[in-house]
Order: sequence, then structure tokens, then C-alpha cells
Amino acid sequence: MGEAKTAMVHRPLPHDSAAAHVTGEAVYVDDMPEPAGTLEIFLARAPVAHAAIEALDLEPVRDHPGVACVLAAGDIPGINDISPTHKGDEPVFARDRILFWGQPLFAVAAERLATARQAAERARIEMKPLPAVLSIEEARRRGDLVTEGLVLERGDLREGLRRAPRRLRGSMGIGGQDHFYLEGQVALALPGENGEMRVWSSTQHPSEVQQMVARVLGVAAHKVTVTVRRMGGGFGGKETQASQFACIAALVAARTGRPAKLRLDRDEDMILTGKRHDFLVDYEIGFDGDGRIRAVKMELAARCGFSADLSGPVTDRALFHADNCYFYPAVRLESFPCRTNTVSNTAFRGFGGPQGMLAAERVIEEVAFATGLDPLEVRRRNFYRRGGRDRTPYHMRVEEELFAELVETLAAEAGYEERREAVRAFNRDNRWCRKGLALTPVKFGIAFTATWYNQAGALLHIYRDGSVQLNHGGTEMGQGLHIKILQVVAEELALPIERIAIAATSTGRVPNTSATAASSGSDLNGMAALDAARTLKRRLIAHIASRWQVPAESIVWGGGRIRAGDRETSFEELVEDAYLARVPLSATGFYRTPKIHWDRRRGRGRPFLYFACGAAMSEVIVDTLTGEYRVERVDILHDVGDSLNPAIDLGQIEGGFVQGMGWLTTEELWWDGEGRLRTHAPSTYKIPACGDRPRVMNIRMLEGRPNREDTIHRSKAVGEPPLMLAISVLHALSDAVASIADHRVCPRLDPPATPERVLAAIERLRRSALQTAAE
Amino acid sequence: MPTVTMTVNGKQVSGEVEPRTLLVEFLREGLGLTGTHVGCDTSQCGCCVVHVDGRSVKACTMLAVQAEGAEVTTIEGLAADGSLHPLQQAFHENHGLQCGFCTPGMIMSSLELLQRNPDPSEAEVREWLEGNLCRCTGYHNIVKSVLAAAAAMRGAARAAE
Ligand code: FES
Ligand code: FES
Repeated sequence: MGEAKTAMVHRPLPHDSAAAHVTGEAVYVDDMPEPAGTLEIFLARAPVAHAAIEALDLEPVRDHPGVACVLAAGDIPGINDISPTHKGDEPVFARDRILFWGQPLFAVAAERLATARQAAERARIEMKPLPAVLSIEEARRRGDLVTEGLVLERGDLREGLRRAPRRLRGSMGIGGQDHFYLEGQVALALPGENGEMRVWSSTQHPSEVQQMVARVLGVAAHKVTVTVRRMGGGFGGKETQASQFACIAALVAARTGRPAKLRLDRDEDMILTGKRHDFLVDYEIGFDGDGRIRAVKMELAARCGFSADLSGPVTDRALFHADNCYFYPAVRLESFPCRTNTVSNTAFRGFGGPQGMLAAERVIEEVAFATGLDPLEVRRRNFYRRGGRDRTPYHMRVEEELFAELVETLAAEAGYEERREAVRAFNRDNRWCRKGLALTPVKFGIAFTATWYNQAGALLHIYRDGSVQLNHGGTEMGQGLHIKILQVVAEELALPIERIAIAATSTGRVPNTSATAASSGSDLNGMAALDAARTLKRRLIAHIASRWQVPAESIVWGGGRIRAGDRETSFEELVEDAYLARVPLSATGFYRTPKIHWDRRRGRGRPFLYFACGAAMSEVIVDTLTGEYRVERVDILHDVGDSLNPAIDLGQIEGGFVQGMGWLTTEELWWDGEGRLRTHAPSTYKIPACGDRPRVMNIRMLEGRPNREDTIHRSKAVGEPPLMLAISVLHALSDAVASIADHRVCPRLDPPATPERVLAAIERLRRSALQTAAE
Repeated sequence: MPTVTMTVNGKQVSGEVEPRTLLVEFLREGLGLTGTHVGCDTSQCGCCVVHVDGRSVKACTMLAVQAEGAEVTTIEGLAADGSLHPLQQAFHENHGLQCGFCTPGMIMSSLELLQRNPDPSEAEVREWLEGNLCRCTGYHNIVKSVLAAAAAMRGAARAAE
């Protein structure tokens, strides 16, 4: 069979909904026309962080005029648990205990939200307060884990540390992060006949929402259909977190027989939903005078909140990235997923990986300061190298040293050496303003570490007029997944994009899907859609070949025409002809990622199909009297394989970097001594605004480097990796601060490096410089 | 309940509202104009920006009754006779959006900037858009879109002279 491609892939096409977004036509769940009689739902929240519920009297709430229904733990017909790992530790409504401040106690539904809110005030609650565990330190002391930790080991750690010429220990605190998707959590439930329930949810994981709604209602999954057209941002915050609100909307709908909607306002969303885990990392390093690492021991403890949620896999992924690009000859990494009386933390772009990577880069920084070497030089000396220095702590081999190549290219192109000199010269001449420069690499493993999630399905229909409808299991949250999959199908069928329509993701079309997460949306669903398109194309070719009495190999398929010798037909004519000949014009597609395997108990395997890499260099200027700073310039070189859509990928790199920069600089979550989150609105929680972007930002994607693994058109995943490029900003700030003590003391600047923290680090270094001078 | 009357996207509308009904509620729920989004409910994110008598306003911060008699323009009213406004065109072409939730507010805010200053610098665009949050794009393509729209509008204005 000959090919004449339209080259739809590798092109910078706009987002599939771009036109609908700029006109305001695009519909999010809250924009859907509400069916008549729709109820609004208010959630009543726990006023303390930890207590036993002795009595909950909801009669006065039920009696409030206008209230349609009140639901608490006892009113759930099925199972009161939405733990994604079925641990039974995550109730929809608190059972007999309050486990965190803000935990939903009961729901009130009324035609107007204000009525429900007023009615909720009338509840009578008696509680016995219990001591609350509010910090990672306290949780570690108590040894209370939400799930089993992981140990990764290779080589003889004890011997490695003992024989290393130099050793040091330290610890690092890493802050959490609120997702702050602009569209908050929302769900609309519509009851149907025979116990059916249709739910529109803003979720990255419709199949899980379907499963949870079925469990909570006590019905079979086939009664529940969950649909997602788009989300107004997800970032991991809608991987598991959407379930609770979808379940509550469905419970109200099932109880009342009326449509029901639950939409959180911003404050509720920030109080009620889990965030990126904050971590406390203790490390011990053995190294030599040349800056070569001999042995690394790390304990990574995470604040998981009151339940496990995805904290097991998140803390696992932190360990998988606590090496970043560096070979540790002897190593032991251990995770501690700690239970606290705070909201249950969850997936967030990078899924623990960024925290692990920060720890790896801290190790490099410590060695650099201890040996007086340039941090970039220490990085180079410890890079993985084939032939002896290529085993990760999980015993997977690093087969490609792309990160090293990226680092060298970027260092040369962006002028690391010269600019480093210039920064040093500037700092010699300026007493109060100091500059800093850092270049950091990223190596991020692609695949779900739970091997069974690495599967995907698609469903493709060709209608009699030759138009095509595409369904796949992935969800659109702004990342441009749908346009990429459209490009894949258009390429295969050699049709213009307009002839293919993408349908809303629905559990009724493609069942048992994985979350759109782990950067794997286009890797998995692209392959599944390609499989479906190939099946249909094969059938059509077989049909026309037999009609024309020519071998299938002689058919040329391209540009909407199908030819063999001097015979020719259009796609539309072929489709109609095939229909009349009773050729099935609908096909499913399926994909499972090859090669990967993971034995968690032994800490060995190949959890990732490949690594996506990048490198970033950042320059900052710090006012040492106030701690305020500016990011002056950022240069990025990032690896996306053969990009499916370079415009979309560039957007992911820019957006990911800025989001990562927010996490490491201005975004600070603050709980008070009672366990109340005090930063639950944009007034107190600062995500990057338009003016916070670096003054100069040069981004380049590595070209001509297809993925060596057989991925969809040799592209690479791009959703998460760029977030970690922002680690260069933290290290540039640290470099600027270090100039205060003449680069002799490691500043140990813990993120988020708010101006306040930068100032504290500056003052600490000033004191130590004075002390050294006095001695 | 009081009745409000205003002109929305060129059409006169009126409706009964509670005194405390917000303009954004009236537009979304009363008129079904859901292109105006609500991102924070507390006048910080800029998702809900519309124009009231030619000025950009956060519609979650204004009562519907305060817009009595006013001329209101929402994102739905921006495209004249089916052709996109240069700002809409520019956001489309320059990939000025990802999830799109911030987009209508970004466009409506930028519109006032370009009405006041047809040739803003990049820094002026950045400063103007401080009150509009975007969690997806990192703002680069948004600023690029606004600058491209400004250039296109200046070109069109010159051609008209
Ligand atoms: S909803 Fe109006 S500013 Fe955020
Ligand atoms: S595009 Fe998603 S918030 Fe701006």
C-alpha cells in the first residue's frame, strides 16, 4: 500500500477549542443550561482539625424552609468511601470523627444556594476535641503512615559512607502548592430511569468518578455515565479530587429524583481539596574532594493529610527522582508518607517527582559548597554514564545521556561561563544588590508506575457522509490533548482535520480508562486512536481492492482520494460504497505500553518507558536589604522528541516553567496552630501574575531527536517535565544569597523562597560571615 | 424584587433581580451568557471581566442593579457580524489560551487597554493585565496576542484613514 501523507502531525495547529474559547462559546460544567428544578448544594465543614463527633442533630436543618434534602454519613445507600486505592480511609462525609479542619460533615440541597447555606447554620454538633497532628515532624515522631513507604537500595551504603573522604548531613523543607485551576471543582448529576445516573464532572478521571459514584450509590457501574467535555485546568487536582463532589451531587440527585449541582467557590475549593505534598528531606552524603558523590542516604517524609489518596505512588515517584541525572554508587532512599490532620494531599504536575529532584539538586549544591567547585561542574562529574555508572537506585539502566547533551548545548548557547564571570564581577561591585546564576537539568520518567494504568482505548466512527467521530479515553484540561489526537487520526486517514469531530470523553464510549495524568495522555490515547484508525483503513482498503480486483498493496491513499492504477475514488464515495457492502465503519483501538515492569517489594524494575529531559539556566537579581528579587533571564532547552504539535508543546513548557516558579518562589501555604488553612484565596496565596514572568525568556525545543522508543510518531510526553526546569530559579536565588558569605556557606534556601525567606537566609549568611571574620 | 433594564451586547434586556444579585449572576444565570466566567468570586482573578459603559469591570464586584441603564458588552458581543474581533483573532492565532477559562476576561480587559492606548509596550500590557490570572499559559502567549491585536488594529485604523 502506498502512502501520500497530508502531514497533519508535527504541525503547530491551534487548540481544538480555540475558536470557542475566544468567543465564550466553550461550555464548562457550570455553563451548561440547568435542567428545570436543579438543586444547588452547600457543604457544611468541620470547624476543628481533629475531634470525635458525639452528636450531629440535623433536624433543624431539614426543617428550614426551602430545604429539599440533607445528607450525612448515615444517608449513604452504598459505601461511604472514595479512597482511590480502596483503603476505606476517605469518607464522603465524616463518620464519627473529624479528621481535618474543613472536612465535609453534611450536605444541604435547596433550589437556591443561599437557602442551603443558611439552613446549614442551624445544625447542632457536639464534639470532643482530640489532639491534632499538624506537622510532618510530629507525624514522623508518632510513626503514623497513611500507607507503606518504599525503600530503594543499591550498593553498600554503610561502606560507601564510611569510606568516603568527606561526609555531611542536612535537611530540607519543601513547600506544598495549591493547584489553583481557574475553574473550581464542579459536578452536575441527572437521575434517569431504572436507577441510572448521568454525571457531568470536571475530572481528569471519568472512569474513577463512575466507579466511585456507583459505589456510593450502591449500584452497578453500568448505571452510571460520566461525561467530560473539558476542564478549566486540572494539573493533577482533578485526578481523584473530583470524585467527592460528583458523588455528593449524585447522592442528592438519587435521593430527590431531581438534577443536582455542586460547585465550590474558590475558598471552599482551596480548603476542601488536596494539594501538592510538602516534604521534609533528611540527607547524608559521602563524597570526595573532586566533588564525586560516593554514597547518598535520604529519608523523604511527606505530609499526606488524613488519608492515603495517591500519596503512596506520589512518594514512590519522589524516590524515583531523588537521583535526577546523577549516579549514586551506593544509595538508600526511603519514603515516609505521614498522616496528619490536614486535607489529604494529592497528585500535582510532577506527582512527587519535583520534590525528589529538588533533594537531588540540594545534594549537588552541598557538595559544590563543601568542595568549592562550581555547582555545574559538580553536576557534570556526577552525571549518569553508560558503562558502569548507569544504574538508577531502582536498578533501571539509563540508556541515553540526553540531559548531558542538553546541559552542554545550553551552557554554550546561553553563555554560562561568561555570564558567571559577569555575575561575580557585578557582585564584587555592588554591595546591596546581588545577582545569581544557575543551570539545572531535568530527567523525568514517563509511564504510570502502576503498570496496569498504562493502557488506553479509543472508538472511531465513520458516518455515511464520510465524516468521522473520534472518542478516546483522555480528557482535555487545556493541555491540547484533543488536537494532538485529532492530528494523529487525520494523518492516518489523510483527511482534513475539519472532517473529524472530537466527542466529549464519556465512560459510555470508552470504558475503564486511566486518568489523564503522568504526562501520558497523548502517548497512550494517541496510540489507541491510531490503532482504531488503522483498523478502519484496513477494512476500507480490503473492500476497494476486492471491488477493483487489485492487490491491496497497490492502493494509494492520500489527500482524501484513494487510487489504484487509473481507478480513483473519494473517501466519501468509498465510505458509502463500503456501507452498502455491509463493511463495519466503527472500530475500537487499544494500546498497552510495552517493556515496562515494576516489582515494588524488591524495588527493582523498569518503571519507565523513557525519560523526557530538559535544562534551564536562570539569572536573578536580589535586593539584599529586603529579600525582594526579580528573575532577569531564563534560557531553556527542552526535549520533546518529534513533537506532535510544537505550538502546544511550547505552551506546555512556558506554562509549566512559570507554574514551577510559582511553587518555588511565591506560593506559600499557611496553616495556623489550630490546623486552619489561612491561605485559601488569591488574596493570601500568590500564584504568578502577568508581571512575574522573567524579563527575558528564551525557549528552544531540541530538534531532530525523535524518541528512541516507539511512541506515537516518536514524540515525547511534555505535561509535567517542564515544571522542574524552574528549579534553576531556586538555585540562582541561592547563588545570589551565597555571595553574601563569599560562596563559602551553603545557603540551604528552602522553597518556597519568598522574599521573607530569602531575607532570612541573607541574614543568616551575614552573621556567619561576621563570625568567620571575627575568628 | 426590583427590575433592572440595561443594554447587553446591543440588545435591551430587563429582568427581576434581588437587590444583592451580582452583575455576573444576572449575565450568566439570567441571560445565559456563560462566556463570562467566575474564577474566584472575590474580584481577584479577572475571569469575569465585562465592559460597562466602555470601561472594563469585574462583574463579580458589581451589583446587577448598579448596571441599570448601562451599556454592557460581554465576550459574546465582541465579534461583529460573525467575524472575530482582532483581539479574538490574535488569541486564536498566537495560542493565547490553553484551558480557555481565563480567556474571555483576558480579552475583555485587553480591549480597554487597546481603546486607551493603541500602541502599548510589552511592559504596559503586563502591568495592565496584573488583575487577570492565568494558571496555564505562563502569560507569554497572552501578551504576544495582545501586542499582535494592537498592531492589527492600528493597521486597520490606518487603512481606514
Ligand atoms: S470571578 Fe470576578 S474576579 Fe474572579
Ligand atoms: S488558559 Fe487556563 S487559566 Fe488561562
